[in-house]
Amino acid sequence: MSGEAQSSAEYIQHHLVNWCAGNCDPVTHQAAGFWAFHVDTLLFGWLLAGLMAWISFAVGRVLTTGTPGTLQNVVESVVEFVQTQVRDIFPGSNPLIGPLAITIFIWVFLMNAMDLIPVDLLPLIGRMFGFEYLKVVPTTDLGTTFALALSVFALIIYYNIKIKGPIGYLKQFLFHPFGKYLIPVNIIMTTIEEVAKPVSLGLRLFGNMFAGELIFMLIALLSLASIFLLPFQVVLGSLWAIFHILIITLQAFIFMLLTIVYLGMAHTSEEEH
Amino acid sequence: MNITATLLGQILTFAVLVWFIQHYLWEPLTTALADRQKKIADGLAAAERGEHEQELARKRAAEKIGEAKQQAAEIVAQAQKRASEIVEEAKDNARSEGERLLAAANVEIEQEANRAKEQLRGQVVSLAVAGAGRVLKKEVDPKAHQKLLADLVAQI
Repeated sequence: MSGEAQSSAEYIQHHLVNWCAGNCDPVTHQAAGFWAFHVDTLLFGWLLAGLMAWISFAVGRVLTTGTPGTLQNVVESVVEFVQTQVRDIFPGSNPLIGPLAITIFIWVFLMNAMDLIPVDLLPLIGRMFGFEYLKVVPTTDLGTTFALALSVFALIIYYNIKIKGPIGYLKQFLFHPFGKYLIPVNIIMTTIEEVAKPVSLGLRLFGNMFAGELIFMLIALLSLASIFLLPFQVVLGSLWAIFHILIITLQAFIFMLLTIVYLGMAHTSEEEH
Repeated sequence: MNITATLLGQILTFAVLVWFIQHYLWEPLTTALADRQKKIADGLAAAERGEHEQELARKRAAEKIGEAKQQAAEIVAQAQKRASEIVEEAKDNARSEGERLLAAANVEIEQEANRAKEQLRGQVVSLAVAGAGRVLKKEVDPKAHQKLLADLVAQI
């Protein structure tokens, strides 16, 4: 890369650094505090959100109840799929759950799918334009996964309080899961249970995508070590990419499903326990 | 690899995206899907109704055909009856007409015969007179023997 000899560790490390703006360390280019922005994450997040919004707008404007066109057909099948999940899992009705679920599913899927673009392609193009660091998969950034997870967490708390009332929600902390004689234990248990929801959501997605991206990088290192390993790199890279098609879809689906489940739990009163 | 203000940016993006998807895709599309479902359900119901009506119509048509056949049979029967009546009437008429003609012919024959008889009588008388005249070599005066001749004519 760029003429100079580069060790494997340097290659990997270079690929793990975000394009940073704001409060950044000038030497390591890592964020030095909270007030730093990962421009690449935001940029690709916006691009994919824009793509999604544009397709939704294009389809939503020319809807027909008759025979749908190709694009409408595709979008319809996705919407129906999500609608079925929501209907099966979510008790009662809330007009926000469907759009929330489909947005999570598709946006996360698209951001994960950036993984399938050859690992060096976009950073190389970025370097031509003078951007030294570029991490193209927004979901390998804790900022993205926790943005989603904390938004869902906020909604969980909001609906818990809205549906059960502040007292009802408090009772859940006091008397769940061991009844009224172990209140201190209950408080700790329920708090852990509640906090585990966003943490597991955010870390699961981050961990899967980060590990996947790392393995793409390791495979890419093969031909860097020796040009004779190029066939291996092609075969392994293809296999991993094919496997990753499953992973990215699955992770997006799991995130959506857990969101529906958690919000469904927030909508059910657990008095009958 | 720490959490930065990127988080806030992505939360904002997410919120806007959810709002956008809800207003421009989810609501119109689910409405359209529900409409289509209703349309299809209506169509199926209409098809079923149509089938039912067709069945009814078939039954009605069969009934009508049955009635029509019965009526036709009645009409044919009446026509046959009427035809035989007409034939009978014609026969009767023909018979009476024949009888009438026969009677008239008989009367005429009798008249002709009588007339022929009268004629023959007259001729017999004149022949008799002429014969008698030849026998007597004398002319017989029919006027002188008027009475005698009348008797003779009556006898013939």
